[in-house]
Amino acid sequence: MAANTRDIRRRIKSIKNTAQITKAMQMVASAKMRKAQGAALAGRPYSELINKVLVSVQRHADVTLHPLLEIRPVKHELVIVISPDKGLCGALNTNLFREANTFDPETTSFVAAGRRGQQHLARLRRKLVADFPVPDHPTLKDTKIISKYCIDQFLAGKVDKVTVLYTKFINTLVQKPVTRTLLPISPFELPTAPKPEATAEVPAEGEKPAEGEAAAPGAAFAEDAQSDYLFEPSPMEVLGSILPHYLHFQIYQMILDARASEHSARMVAMKSATDNAQTLIKDLTLEYNKIRQNSITTELLEISTAQIALG
Amino acid sequence: MANTLRLEVVTPLEKAYSDDVQMVVLPGVEGEMGIYPMHIPVMTDIKPGELKIVKDGQESDFAVGEGFAEITPTHVTILTDMAISVSLIDEHAVEAAVARAEAALRQTEALSAEEIATTEANLQKSLIQLKLKRRGKSV
Repeated sequence: MAANTRDIRRRIKSIKNTAQITKAMQMVASAKMRKAQGAALAGRPYSELINKVLVSVQRHADVTLHPLLEIRPVKHELVIVISPDKGLCGALNTNLFREANTFDPETTSFVAAGRRGQQHLARLRRKLVADFPVPDHPTLKDTKIISKYCIDQFLAGKVDKVTVLYTKFINTLVQKPVTRTLLPISPFELPTAPKPEATAEVPAEGEKPAEGEAAAPGAAFAEDAQSDYLFEPSPMEVLGSILPHYLHFQIYQMILDARASEHSARMVAMKSATDNAQTLIKDLTLEYNKIRQNSITTELLEISTAQIALG
Repeated sequence: MANTLRLEVVTPLEKAYSDDVQMVVLPGVEGEMGIYPMHIPVMTDIKPGELKIVKDGQESDFAVGEGFAEITPTHVTILTDMAISVSLIDEHAVEAAVARAEAALRQTEALSAEEIATTEANLQKSLIQLKLKRRGKSV
């Protein structure tokens, strides 16, 4: 009997320790998540503006002539896998890698941003051409290396398409692995003007209105869209210098998004781990008390029986 | 008629500056541009350099990095990867950054082309910060 209670006590203690750790991880993750979300939000004015500028440029230059928009038959594809550095974040990694496995290993080479992705791809013996570490608080400087590498590969003709696989942050409970084509930048993926203008202004055929996320900011925009800009040095050169900025920024935003997803997934996973631990503790404590009570009753009985026998 | 310009300096990290000002001088790729209200709409690339802001007769300076400016009669919007008010530049930290970058560039064989490019870009930005800071002092 005594051995049993000691066992249960030991288990309760160890579960309590685990719960403490998961609780701490949950707190850390939620603080980090808030930070990551804040960083992603801080970039919003920049992205609105760069979209606006691209729209204006699009009306003055034939954007399809730019090498970054050149559409070639896809012989080699480059996939950037943005993943966390650590595990313990629920099904996030599993879901992400299931998506990564759908690419044809023959024609696809991979770039890993994040240690988990690198490990996974190496284990599957996929063509891993580059591996970039992503620090805890990524800055544009850190992510620029990645985007620059991809742009160079694309411009050198080594790959014909660059895709990014990352976990999109939808809300704290939902994160979804998404693939997005980064290069060639398809003209309809460039933000276009609000709908009535989009059809009138956009010169080249085959262009479709912007995707939902590229929606331009409302009234202020319409006013500006009417003014004709001078370009210095020239529309093409402005475009040439702004497109890399656009791409750097896209990658940066996606990495921040992936970070926010990671932390919120970890937070949720750790919360449920803590909850599970608490239930276990409760059950075990009940069990422990039952046994203890039982043994006390038995002892009392023994004592009173002994007394009666003596008396 | 408006006699002020709305200046916004935006970096991927933050909105570095947002206010109504009288005049802006920005470092365009084809030379410095002084912008007053009612300027003709222009889009221009900017190179790392000095952004001078005149507000209520007070001049303030920012060090800006590579980027892009959109100018309309009432607005100036600057997109750049760096914007630091000169008064906030920490000279010693920048000096250390310059030294680090130069040391890294000296052993170029250890670095990839990308690393060299980013280090050079950072060095250039640091040097501009330093230049603006020092000049501010000597005046």
